[in-house]
Order: sequence, then structure tokens, then C-alpha cells
Amino acid sequence: MEKVEILAVGKHPEIMKTILRLINSRPEWNGTIAYSADEALTNSQTIAFNVVLLCAGLDEAEARQIRAHFKVPIVQHYGGGSGLLYAEVYQALGV
Amino acid sequence: MSQIVYHAANTRGKADLGWLKSYHTFSFGSYYNPGRMNFGALRVLNDDTVAGGKGFGEHPHDNMEIISIPLKGGLKHQDSMDNVAVISDGDIQVMSAGTGIFHQEHNDDQHEAVQFLQIWVYPNVLNVEPRYDQLTLNKADRHNKLQQVLSPNKDDAGVWIYQNAWFHLGDFDKGLNTEYELKAKGNGVYVFVLSGSIKIDGQILNTRDGFGIWDIDKFNIEVLENAEFLLMEVPMSF
Repeated sequence: MEKVEILAVGKHPEIMKTILRLINSRPEWNGTIAYSADEALTNSQTIAFNVVLLCAGLDEAEARQIRAHFKVPIVQHYGGGSGLLYAEVYQALGV
Repeated sequence: MSQIVYHAANTRGKADLGWLKSYHTFSFGSYYNPGRMNFGALRVLNDDTVAGGKGFGEHPHDNMEIISIPLKGGLKHQDSMDNVAVISDGDIQVMSAGTGIFHQEHNDDQHEAVQFLQIWVYPNVLNVEPRYDQLTLNKADRHNKLQQVLSPNKDDAGVWIYQNAWFHLGDFDKGLNTEYELKAKGNGVYVFVLSGSIKIDGQILNTRDGFGIWDIDKFNIEVLENAEFLLMEVPMSF
């Protein structure tokens, strides 16, 4: 079964590591993290993402850049461990 | 024409990890119900019981207003801003997670369980500098009247958050009525009954039932049995 590819973009290294760990704890998901819009766009050249999460620290200009580039569901992620993450992704996927 | 939503206590999601028993009014963790995602800006209403000596290890939060209201026992909080505090029944704690904060919460007692509400509200501004605050409330100020415990204003009663939200607690005797007038247009109110029985807009609400009402300027609360309840006024669009 093909995994759901999830890109999380944010600025806080420790939080991003936690998000990556939580995403990858689901066998059907695969996570990638990027620390800037430019890095996110570069990643999109090699991975066909299904969902993009906008995480803490991104400024409005970078969020706009991401929204303009990606043609998949883009979700503002509100951090809190696994509390909201799974529901945010499920909702974006229309589950 | 007012709109309402009713969530009976026994329809909430449940997590039982042994040391933690949590009831989720809205989707949270492994409980996912697309029909129960939020009430306006109110995203999380968890009714938690943590066993003695146990707690939540260090975990991050960002871009969320997090309010904790202990109902029984003491909850020890420690965060990456060097705040260390114990909150107990009668206190309210608020954290604006903003750009990111790590914290841990543990039952301050080794034996007795602690019960508390954890409430998350979407902020009206992203990436603020994280902040922490707590306040001891005078419980007598909510006997047969509504006590404001949270607002958007730093110099108003209670704690404050980055959202156009107001919370009130009430502890009313049977047979009384009270009216709640909304503070802001476009807001709705989510009522959570801590104990007892009340009636709003024809709907009877018992312990741990939830009820949302919006598209209305004010509403009446009829107290059927001695009751404690929390009113959470939040923007319906944000």
C-alpha cells in the first residue's frame, strides 16, 4: 500500500522533530520536514506530497509561497503533541 | 434564529491509558469524529483524570491558547520558560503557546487522582511570544452568579488569551435562573455542566453534558438541580 506523504513546514527544530516522529508512528504515513518555504518547494520536486502542514514560526510570506505552489490540501497545524495532528491530517484527506 | 448543538456526556470520545482517563468532547488524539471537530474557536475540551504520581511527560505546544481548570487535586506544571507551579481546585492556568513551548504536567499527589479540564482555543494571532499565567479565583464569587474567569483583555477579570473569548463559571442553587448576554457579535457559547442539572433553550443538561448555542444575543439558564457549569464564549468564525 502506498503511504500518505505528509510535508510539515515550520521553524522550531524540536517541535518539527516531534511532528516527524508522530507522523512516522503511523505505518500508513510518511513524513518529511522542511524549515523554510524554499526547502519545501525543493522537496516537492522529488516527493509527491498528499498533505502539507504549516507549522509554528512560518511567516505570512512563506505561507503564501507554499499555498501558491502546492495543489494538495494545506493545513495550518496547531501543535500539541498528537492531540490535533491525526485529526488535522484525516480531515485534510477527507476521511 | 438561534442555532444549537447538544453533546450528551456519554457521546464523548474516551481514552483510557490506565494512568489517564480522558473524555474528549471534540476529536483529540486517537478519537476522530469529523462531526465533532470544534465549536467555533473552541477546539479541545478534555475532561481528564490522572492517577496519583502520574502525568504527561514533556511535549510541545504551539499556536494555541491552552487553559487548565483543576476540579480536584493539584496539578504540577513545568515548562521551557522555567515556570514551575502547582494549580489546584479554584485556580485557572493559561498558556499562549505561540512560537512554541515545551511543558510537562503531573499529578502533584502520589496517591489521589487529580481531575481537571484542559481547554484549547485557536488564537487570533499566530506566532506570538509564548506566555504563562495562573490565577487563584474566589469561588464565593460564582455562587448564584456568573464569575468571569477569562477574557481577551489584560486588565479585565480573570486570565486573558489571544482570542475574542470570555469564560464564566457558575455555581447555582436549584430553582434559580440566570441570563447570559454575549459580549461580541458573531460569538457563540459552549456550556459544559460540571455537576447538577440545568435547562437552556428547552434542552435539559446533566453532569458533563455539553451544549452550544449561537446566532443569539442572550439566553436564559434555568437551574433544575444545584449545578456548577462553565460557559465558554468564543468566535464562531476566526
